[in-house]
Amino acid sequence: MAEERFEPKIVAFLCNWCSYRAADLAGTARIKYQPNVRMIRVMCSGRVDPTFVLKALALGADGVMIAGCHPGECHYLEQNYKAMRRFSMLKHSLRALGLEEDRVRLQWASAAEGVQLAEAINEMVDQVRALGPLNWPGNWSEDGEVEAAIERLAEEHAEAMEVPA
Amino acid sequence: MKEYAYFPGCSLEQIGLSYNQSSVETTKVLGVELKELEDWNCCGATTYFHVDELLAYTLCARNLAMAEKDSLDLVAPCSACYKNSYFTNKHLREDPDLADHINYALEEDDLSYSGQIEVKHLMEVFYCDVGLDEIRDKVKKPLEGLKVAPYYGCQILRPKKDDEDVEQAEFFEELMSAIGAEPVPYPLKLKCCGGSLLISNRIAALSMVRNLLQNAEDNNADVIATACPMCQVNLECYQPQVNQEFGTKFQVPVVYFTQLMGLALGIRGKKLGIGKEIVAATPLEPYTT
Amino acid sequence: MTEKVGVYICHCGSNIAGVVDVEEVAKWAGENLEGVAVSREYKFMCSSLGQELIEDDIKNEGLTRVVVAACSPHLHERTFRRACANAGLNPYLCHMASIREQVSWVVEDNEVATEKAKAMIAGAVNRVQLHEELEPSLVPVNPNTLVVGGGIAGIQASLELADAGYPVYLVEREPSIGGHMAQFDKTFPTLDCAACILTPKMSDVGAHPNINLLSYSEVEEVSGYVGNFSVRIKKKAKYVDEELCTGCGICIEKCPKKVIDDVFEAGMGYRKSIYRPFPQAVPNIPVIDTVSCTYFETGKCKACEIFCPTEAIDFEQQDSYLDIDVGNIILATGYDLFDCKTIPQYGYGRLANVFTSLEFERMCNASGPTEGKIVLRDGVTEPESVAIIHCVGSRDENYNRYCSAICCMSSLKFGHLVVEKTDAEVFSCYIDMRTNQKGYEEFYERLLEEGMNFVRGKVAEVTDAFRLPGEEGKLIVQVEDTLLGIQRRIPVDMVILMAALEPRADAREVGLQFGIACSMEGWFTERHPKLDPVATMTDGIFIAGAAQGPKDIPAVVAQGAAAAARVQGMITKGTVEIEPVVATITEEMCSGCRICNTLCPFNAIEYLEDKEVSYINTALCKGCGTCVAACPAQAISGAHYSNEQIFAEIEGLLYDVISGNGAKAPQVEQEPVPA
Repeated sequence: MAEERFEPKIVAFLCNWCSYRAADLAGTARIKYQPNVRMIRVMCSGRVDPTFVLKALALGADGVMIAGCHPGECHYLEQNYKAMRRFSMLKHSLRALGLEEDRVRLQWASAAEGVQLAEAINEMVDQVRALGPLNWPGNWSEDGEVEAAIERLAEEHAEAMEVPA
Repeated sequence: MKEYAYFPGCSLEQIGLSYNQSSVETTKVLGVELKELEDWNCCGATTYFHVDELLAYTLCARNLAMAEKDSLDLVAPCSACYKNSYFTNKHLREDPDLADHINYALEEDDLSYSGQIEVKHLMEVFYCDVGLDEIRDKVKKPLEGLKVAPYYGCQILRPKKDDEDVEQAEFFEELMSAIGAEPVPYPLKLKCCGGSLLISNRIAALSMVRNLLQNAEDNNADVIATACPMCQVNLECYQPQVNQEFGTKFQVPVVYFTQLMGLALGIRGKKLGIGKEIVAATPLEPYTT
Repeated sequence: MTEKVGVYICHCGSNIAGVVDVEEVAKWAGENLEGVAVSREYKFMCSSLGQELIEDDIKNEGLTRVVVAACSPHLHERTFRRACANAGLNPYLCHMASIREQVSWVVEDNEVATEKAKAMIAGAVNRVQLHEELEPSLVPVNPNTLVVGGGIAGIQASLELADAGYPVYLVEREPSIGGHMAQFDKTFPTLDCAACILTPKMSDVGAHPNINLLSYSEVEEVSGYVGNFSVRIKKKAKYVDEELCTGCGICIEKCPKKVIDDVFEAGMGYRKSIYRPFPQAVPNIPVIDTVSCTYFETGKCKACEIFCPTEAIDFEQQDSYLDIDVGNIILATGYDLFDCKTIPQYGYGRLANVFTSLEFERMCNASGPTEGKIVLRDGVTEPESVAIIHCVGSRDENYNRYCSAICCMSSLKFGHLVVEKTDAEVFSCYIDMRTNQKGYEEFYERLLEEGMNFVRGKVAEVTDAFRLPGEEGKLIVQVEDTLLGIQRRIPVDMVILMAALEPRADAREVGLQFGIACSMEGWFTERHPKLDPVATMTDGIFIAGAAQGPKDIPAVVAQGAAAAARVQGMITKGTVEIEPVVATITEEMCSGCRICNTLCPFNAIEYLEDKEVSYINTALCKGCGTCVAACPAQAISGAHYSNEQIFAEIEGLLYDVISGNGAKAPQVEQEPVPA
């Protein structure tokens, strides 16, 4: 029997004006894309607090997408630039936590880009599927491992800082 | 003293010998040192890139790698050598995988390419690095009264760099003005000379040469100045054939811009290779002595 | 949880029910989701029967929250909110899950689709229980309107409003209103003279008791919000007293200094240093151009002052400022023309007889520099042949990708004028002929009959390098004739470049000043490209004319009138509702760090020096939530998109994952607010 294919769960934050409408358009145009993404509407990609992303991952999502209007086309003039800056900071922190880059994605999609949004979703689902389950909550379950991990972290850090002879 | 790795190219060894002589002489006077690459190879000319791209890139990369060894920017007076080298440099910087691949081959020669140096045409060295003010200061015999049609040809402006005006460039004119000559309007200054089309479609190529000569004559040019050995050959050596084919009577001398600069800088005509033309450069006589 | 949630799943005919097992979902939601009191499915929830279902349940079952799983909220959120309101439930306690656009239409497998629908409903149910009652606030609307730009769009908008009885401030940067249209000779396709139809409107504006015309002025500052804007206008010094000047024009006659008029005459003609752009200018008051004026240059001359019969010349005049309050603003700032020198191969600026379309307009105009005669740059020779090059800077990836919309028709108009006024042969080199409005195609046919030559192909080059017999002394247009499949060299005496329309060079700055967005190219962005073409994302700011995109006079006039109608609607209603989806700062939690202050592009956040905290003006806030996400103290909360609500939605969406992975469900921590 063939092994069951891993189906990642991805949470997407879509801005009300461009990307959520792109999702509407993908629907109206009956563009089929992978069902693994579950979407949350926010007014602007600038609303996406990095803690939303961390929360989603901590609750068991395998990846998070943030989608907004194209740079220069934000309905709030320039707030997507702020999303962009926050995203690069977020990526930095996630890297430090040992998370694979492809698990988070910032995607621009205008209200006319249903196809592009669907393609981006497909691409991301494939990438996250290839990475396998994130299983963050499992890793951080409450059996003392958390404390152990934190202790280990300090040791590893000290080791890494030591200059090899 | 500015120092460059010098890549004369095959044309300047034979048919463009006077271009080589005049390049070496003028740079000396202008305080530019050209250090010839010890074992340079062909740039692939106009055809090789269409035959085998990988080998063509490797060929050019080898010259670049040799210049890199000396940490000198590469200068080529021939437009084809310049274009191929410049293009290779640009392309390999953008495609590190290809560069890796080529470096594997260059290893055989103990060479390696990393994209550290720039590629410049000789005219660019004069115009940008030496500068017009410096040239004006060093002019001893301004070519007053000499009407020059500045012929850019097609390759010197390719590929386009940043803000460069590739449709209506003016630097050649400015250079000619700096040495006291009078650049005439030359609307076809950027049109192709026919290149190697002379081999495959003689009539079409001759008619391109005819247009260029006609346009220079219509604008009362005494000489056409060029920056490329291929252009020089097509425009000058094929004049008799053009005349025969189209019943024209062109007698337009075609000289290298370096020859004109050399004269203005006070170098004797003979040292610049003047006197070996097929179409006699009689308009230059007042300035050669 | 104490909320009683009603869940309604729409079949949307077979649109949803054909893919999603709606009965199963409804049953599952009723049995498994905490807080759900009622869970139903129905054929068409948006129908009146569907809405009644919700209303009845609110009344009879005592529902306190409603979730409708149907189409996108962009379609029917209003419908269901209204249904809730009808039954006495605050409309913001209703939430939608988009199981049509995001599930049934995009997922192929029925089982998978059903699962996805469940997750989305779980998210909605979780979230809606944390919703709060919200009330839109009402603010009064000031009946004054500011119109920026006195071209035909601004003129039309101003007249519509003024005629309806409302006061208008019309601000124009140049000394006279009229805009580009005042420069034209004829208008296509009817060929009526531009001045004949425009100048009466211009004088109406000048004489209208409800219009305060502020020419030679610019908007300096804008603050406030819909219904209540405060605007500071800079009136540039004219050096002429507007009260005393009678517009007799003696000063202009006596001024000894002549300069090239780059603006109105497009560099083709001259004006004096004291000037009005054209004789029918409105207002009729001249201005002194201090750059060229001899007095300002050398301190001597004053010819204008000496000859002015009413002593209106005032060399000491300074720029002055006017502060006004308006309820709405219409931006009709127009367009700039593409600089043809950008394409050197067409020779403009180098080859004398290459003209831009605007230069040719001026040339054709009877009151223009050549008194309407079509002549070469020497001012006397009539051309024997003319080439018109289309799409100069338009439909070209190197410059602008868009179509400039008016050039095909203006080139036909030019062709007609050349044929009418001269014996010249006309060649029109086009990519595609676009003549798609009323009467336009007929005009095209007329020109075909009048003998205009149409060459389909993009011109490669215009050159004076002659070669073939008949080319000497001509301009040669090198073009590939794609219908004949050959290269052509067309020798002509005159070339007209149909320059592209471009956004004003300062469009982005102006957009920021008024708080509205620009497209990638720089055109002002409308609220909706089809259904809301003159409103913008900023309430109370409307756009009209070519500032929104290239368009011809009929379209511009329609937009001017449309914008005025929208403004009238606002004024007539008298008050405006302000969307309650805004951010607010809890003063007790604000540390006064001011990080949020610079984040808001609408300047809605100010710092209260006395309390040392930041404060959000909810009338200015558009509810984007960027400040909410940025506040390090979490002192800012975004109504309807609070952290708690979003966390709850994430938790619901991942309900199936959470149950099996040992994650702790998030605890919403209520920070005690210090008294």
